[in-house]
Amino acid sequence: MAIVLNQDHRFEEVVPPFEPSEAMDEALRCYYCYDAPCIKACPTGINIPVFIRQIANHDVKAAARTIMDANILGATCARICPTEALCEGGCVRKEDSRPVSIGRLQRVAMDHAMTSDYLPLPDIGVHGQGRVAVVGAGPAGLGAATALTRMGYVVEVFEEKPEGGGLDTYGIVSYREPLSVSLWEVDLVHKLGTTFHFGTRIGRDIEWEGLRAQFDAVIIAVGLGRVPKMGILGEDLAGVWDALDLVEATKTMALDDIDIGRQVAVIGAGNTAVDAATCAKRLGAEEVTIVYRRDQTAMSAYQYEYEFAKQDGVSYKWWTVPVQVLGNHRVQGLRCARTQVVAGADKNSREADLQLLPGSEFVLPVDTVIRAIGQTKPSALWDEIGAETRNHRVVVDDETFSTSLSGVYAIGDCLGRGGEATVVAAVADGKKVAWAVHQQLTRTNERSV
Amino acid sequence: MADLSIDFAGIKSPNPFWLASGPLTNTGYQVSKAFDEGWGGAVWKTIGDPVINVSARLASIDYGGRRMMGLNNIELISDRPLDDNLREIAEVKRRFPHHAVIVSMMFESNPQIWAEMVKRVQDTGADGIELNFGCPHGMSERGMGSIIGQVPEYAQTITRYAADGSSLPVIVKLTPNVTDVRPPGKAAIQGGADALSLINTINSVMGVDIDSWMPIPQIDGRGSHGGYCGPAVKPIALHMLSSLYNDRAVRVPLCGIGGIETWRDAVEFLLLGAGAVQVCTAAMHYGFRIINDLTQGLNDYLDQRGIAQVNQIVGKAAMRVGDWNDLRLSYSYQLVANIHADQCIGCNLCYVACEDGAHQCIDRIPGQKAPVVREADCVGCNLCSLVCPVPDCIEMVPVEHAVSETWRQRQERLTSFS
Ligand SMILES: Cc1cc2nc3c(=O)[nH]c(=O)nc-3n(C[C@H](O)[C@H](O)[C@H](O)COP(=O)(O)OP(=O)(O)OC[C@H]3O[C@@H](n4cnc5c(N)ncnc54)[C@H](O)[C@@H]3O)c2cc1C
Ligand SMILES: Cc1cc2nc3c(=O)[nH]c(=O)nc-3n(C[C@H](O)[C@H](O)[C@H](O)COP(=O)(O)O)c2cc1C
Ligand code: SF4
Ligand code: SF4
Ligand code: SF4
Repeated sequence: MAIVLNQDHRFEEVVPPFEPSEAMDEALRCYYCYDAPCIKACPTGINIPVFIRQIANHDVKAAARTIMDANILGATCARICPTEALCEGGCVRKEDSRPVSIGRLQRVAMDHAMTSDYLPLPDIGVHGQGRVAVVGAGPAGLGAATALTRMGYVVEVFEEKPEGGGLDTYGIVSYREPLSVSLWEVDLVHKLGTTFHFGTRIGRDIEWEGLRAQFDAVIIAVGLGRVPKMGILGEDLAGVWDALDLVEATKTMALDDIDIGRQVAVIGAGNTAVDAATCAKRLGAEEVTIVYRRDQTAMSAYQYEYEFAKQDGVSYKWWTVPVQVLGNHRVQGLRCARTQVVAGADKNSREADLQLLPGSEFVLPVDTVIRAIGQTKPSALWDEIGAETRNHRVVVDDETFSTSLSGVYAIGDCLGRGGEATVVAAVADGKKVAWAVHQQLTRTNERSV
Repeated sequence: MADLSIDFAGIKSPNPFWLASGPLTNTGYQVSKAFDEGWGGAVWKTIGDPVINVSARLASIDYGGRRMMGLNNIELISDRPLDDNLREIAEVKRRFPHHAVIVSMMFESNPQIWAEMVKRVQDTGADGIELNFGCPHGMSERGMGSIIGQVPEYAQTITRYAADGSSLPVIVKLTPNVTDVRPPGKAAIQGGADALSLINTINSVMGVDIDSWMPIPQIDGRGSHGGYCGPAVKPIALHMLSSLYNDRAVRVPLCGIGGIETWRDAVEFLLLGAGAVQVCTAAMHYGFRIINDLTQGLNDYLDQRGIAQVNQIVGKAAMRVGDWNDLRLSYSYQLVANIHADQCIGCNLCYVACEDGAHQCIDRIPGQKAPVVREADCVGCNLCSLVCPVPDCIEMVPVEHAVSETWRQRQERLTSFS
């Protein structure tokens, strides 16, 4: 279904909420499948047919409860989940019509919850005893904290930033998810009974060892780092941005104070690149070009992200790599070269080896360069705490997320699993690790009795 | 082009579609407009001693996002002066000599009043009379309407009052608020009815507002039982129609009413024995314009089958509806559900329906989208094919067994042995 985007205010949410009548029409399209494929396609297993039926039966509050019971970040997920690849991709109605708009219906329920009184969640019938520390208040940490708090554990979350929410708060552009949504969710977890320590970086303000000594279990949910350097000359010049810093600036600063320049190059073609590019456009840049060393078939951005960038007037330069940022004090241009896959390699593969085309260099006349080539992995952290790693990734048990250190677990983006990381997968990790921690602590408690 | 015209108990009409007596046929303005738009006939809003109505008068039950699956009303008969009604009837008839104008009547049980009123209706030039023995609210409490239709003796007597002095065909409109519609129907025929029409509305309480705890509709805090009609009542009407049509003692034409919204609904009524049909709720919902779908659809249907005249399909399916005891038993004739895996979208609705609501014979196969029917255990109830959202995805395949036997035949066979 083509959605008419709200483009009146450049940093306000572009996808409009369903009108009540649209919501009812859409809810009635759901077949209320049994053991529904959409549920299986949702990493947090939200009972989708049930919440949609609750909307259709005029009990939106119950719908919100159903969603939050499975996914405490239901309001964020309703907005930023790649639904085509998840729940809506599993919906049976894609075969006989078009999928039910599960994400937007979820938003109907969650918007209702956000404007209503605090809604208690159902008792999950588990009464755990113990103290658990969660490091990082991003989606993974919030997912774990919620589940453990509901199980009866004393949960304390340590977060370096002044607010919780992780990338939901600092990394998702506000025209896709308003800041207030993420902050409301953090508050919800707080109301459930979780304690938060903001502005507290573990490893700086509190030692990891100290934390392990104070708590029965420690869950590491620190996410990934900033965007790595490109390793080319001139990238420390003023006017070169880390894409995450740019997005964060649009959420924490006055927009007029951000100097975005007039011509912008964005390096990389994933979803972060799209976000940075559209941010730049919306901040007033005249020309924004995404520079990518492969082409459209290999880019990792979702189709709707790609469409969105094009709608915003972002242009693409395929088969191009930056080789040097030009300028004296500030960026004055970006020297680029053309690429091609080595002989015999598959052009469409993201893995194929590339080579530079000799003599193909040219200069893009830009005054801003934004790096959006992924995020650094926290490999130093694993070495610091002494957790076993493989290829710089921490080794965890597939089921329990336990690291090689006893009582220490790791979840979410910080695992560096590759592929497109999502908020919903991070929340699902949090739920799973909570059960693992519960099982571990129950066993320990039984032994000590 | 098929010939859609009918001659129903001597009443001629360019097509079999009449507006039923009700708010659509309250005035000359409306009936003229309806005829201009293509309706073949109209049964005038029941005339009688003018009544005083209440407000509100209607309530509806909605389903799955569609409005007015069922409609309920507590409106009484015409609240307009008799003279106005009769004058307008005469005017309409003068303007539309070839359309059918039938006057619905309801008066107290007094032969003189009936004789006089029938005479006055005749003088308008109307084509027929319909006796309203069906209104289930208000009038029934005053000794008229469904109270007459529910007691065969009364039905016979009042029909006699009207028929004796009438040169016009008399149609008796029956109430469905009876356990068996045949006795009042036959009584009306004995009283002199030239035709029967059915059904009038079904007694109902429409609902309760769960916030205010008020009945729906409410008239300053009180509600009442009222007449139910619209698409939801069609199966009830079809049953009553076919039971009369199949009764050998009923030899008069039948006019089908109740839940007709599309030409397809109308065809079903015709096939079960209706020589004409009447429509109320659907035209109240969408306006007179639905007549285009009705006439064109019926015409195309007949053309497609090479049927020249609409009366050729009347009753053609009726003889197939009858006593349960004449149905072949399941050891004799059986259906087995067959899921066409290539059409299945994987909703598992058939699975849960059969598991919880039928005979636990649909299996889910790990790794496979389409469930599978364990044929040996399937009783052929149809449930799965009804819940499946994909048309024709679940086919009910007949399995012939060597024996052919109904319950009645079985009983005969068993008794002949002893
Ligand atoms: C630009 C961008 C756009 C995205 N868009 C989408 C999208 O549209 N849909 C989607 O599903 N996903 C999207 N993602 C991915 C999604 O944001 C992540 O997968 C998700 O946030 C991972 O959650 P997390 O809790 O593991 O990590 P984070 O969200 O990174 O949270 C980690 C938290 O830990 C804190 N922390 C780190 N170290 C310490 C420490 N030592 N002590 C205390 N606190 C610490 C950090 O400050 C942070 O708050 C996007 C990501 C980016 C970068
Ligand atoms: C508001 C309303 C008023 C009605 N008034 C009369 C009436 O005065 N006389 C009558 O015989 N039937 C009356 N009926 C019943 C209809 O003529 C018809 O029998 C019934 O509605 C079933 O047909 P339907 O399902 O097409 O509506 C009325 C129905 C409605 C909805
Ligand atoms: S798969 Fe689609 S139709 Fe079925 S329950 Fe889920 S949303 Fe509804
Ligand atoms: S026809 Fe009835 S018994 Fe047979 S599979 Fe379908 S639901 Fe089950
Ligand atoms: S109800 Fe129909 S579509 Fe659904 S699983 Fe059964 S056969 Fe498939």
